[in-house]
Amino acid sequence: MASGEEDGTVEEKETNNKKRTKGTIATAWLTFYNIAMTAGWLVLAVAMVRYYLQKGTHKGLYRNIARTLKFFQTFALLEVGHCAIGIVRTSVIVTGVQVCSRIFMVWFVTNSIRQIQNEESVILFVVVWTITEITRYSFYTFNLLNHLPYFIKWARYNMFIVMYPLGVIGELLTIHASLPYVRRSGMYSLRLPNKYNVSFDYYYFLIIVMLSYIPCKNSTHNKTS
Amino acid sequence: MKHYEVEILDAKTKDKLCFLDKVGNIFTFIFTLYPQWYPARQSIRLDPKGKSLKDEDVLQHLPVGTTATFYFRDLGAQISWVTVFLTEYAGPLLIYLMFYFRVPFIYAPKYDFTTSKHWVVHLACMCHSFHYVKRLLETLFVHRFSHGTMPLRNIFKNCTYYWGFAAWMAYYINHPLYTPPIYGEQQIRLALIVFLFCQIGNFSIHIALRNLRPPGSKTRKIPYPTKNPFTWIFLLVSCPNYTYELGSWLGFTLMTQCLPVAAFTLVGFIQMTVWAKGKHRSYLKEFRDYPTLRSPILPFIL
Repeated sequence: MASGEEDGTVEEKETNNKKRTKGTIATAWLTFYNIAMTAGWLVLAVAMVRYYLQKGTHKGLYRNIARTLKFFQTFALLEVGHCAIGIVRTSVIVTGVQVCSRIFMVWFVTNSIRQIQNEESVILFVVVWTITEITRYSFYTFNLLNHLPYFIKWARYNMFIVMYPLGVIGELLTIHASLPYVRRSGMYSLRLPNKYNVSFDYYYFLIIVMLSYIPCKNSTHNKTS
Repeated sequence: MKHYEVEILDAKTKDKLCFLDKVGNIFTFIFTLYPQWYPARQSIRLDPKGKSLKDEDVLQHLPVGTTATFYFRDLGAQISWVTVFLTEYAGPLLIYLMFYFRVPFIYAPKYDFTTSKHWVVHLACMCHSFHYVKRLLETLFVHRFSHGTMPLRNIFKNCTYYWGFAAWMAYYINHPLYTPPIYGEQQIRLALIVFLFCQIGNFSIHIALRNLRPPGSKTRKIPYPTKNPFTWIFLLVSCPNYTYELGSWLGFTLMTQCLPVAAFTLVGFIQMTVWAKGKHRSYLKEFRDYPTLRSPILPFIL
């Protein structure tokens, strides 16, 4: 009977050890991820400042940083995975919507419509994103290391009051600027007749996206994670 | 003092004025005190976060001690299932016809009130209309509903879904630039057979389910295959009405070769699978001897 009890506690200890190891691996990975992302967006910030100081203009800046921006913003898709497997306590849907809206802006608007890449609104939202992401990822990093400097915490909870509306303005102005080029080129659109009997007009889709900023950006994003 | 049976008699004539022995009596009692809360929107439970008690639950059988505390919740404005069904099905019927007859302001003015030159478009209109007329008639004469009502906001959600998809599908099928199915007559004929087969099947299941339940009652029994061959699918599936519904829409997709129809079929399939799994689970929970061969919606698969 005594050995039976011992067996029970040995099994318990094994599962507890497994849980602890999984927790440590998760924390280690998340710390690495957040440090890497902080570094990435810092690199982006430095590159933008250097370009502007050297050239004195924002023209051509986007092309210069495009690859870095696309890499780090796309990498953020991993965050959806983090929520899905439960190592980050946020709703998968909320994170998914946030990351998708960024991916959409980068790949389906700015990257694919070259004529708008020198617009000021592009610089606006890229700068806003850079500041926001550096704050966010350093916040997570310090949290994981259990050492959160006050100014990072302050920045995380206060800067979005200014950054968020500026970012929305930058994104909306960029989409608006792209409309004439989308209409003229008919890009990403499917016209009738075709064998699937469906049509899609990217121009009207973009207008709907712009309108949806009103309800969408007022709800989920205010619950900063 | 009996707490689970309350009898109020007239002092002089000893006539029974009021008798509380079922939960339903409590609903009526609360309604007289608070007329804005008609019985359909009342929810009474023994635990604030627990399941609602049903109308016919007998007070004597409730797991309470010498004092009973009930928790009340207002379910919000309610609307009857019949009303919701009729509204959500009448919409697609009429909307599709508007596109079929090419009512003005939908397509270019030169096409107003013209008809399509493809006979499959006429066939599709007949099938779509038949489907929704069937649903309307079933709602009026066949279905026996367990619950009388559902929350009012559901009617907006459901109508947006049905009416929206109907408009989206109908726009393309009845479009002047519609492209008929690649494999022509063969494809359309096969699609029509699948569609009709599944419509008859779906109707047979609805009749079988109705016959399980005597009029006015809310009893639940395990459905079994009857003499009608279309019900033999009960051997393999818990919710064959959904199986046949999926089949009907697959037939319609094949017939029209239209991507929005495929999208509608897919979304409907997902929703029906969720419902079928829930129904299957409650069958298993309620009946010890529930047949083990059955799957929720697709034989052996799902």
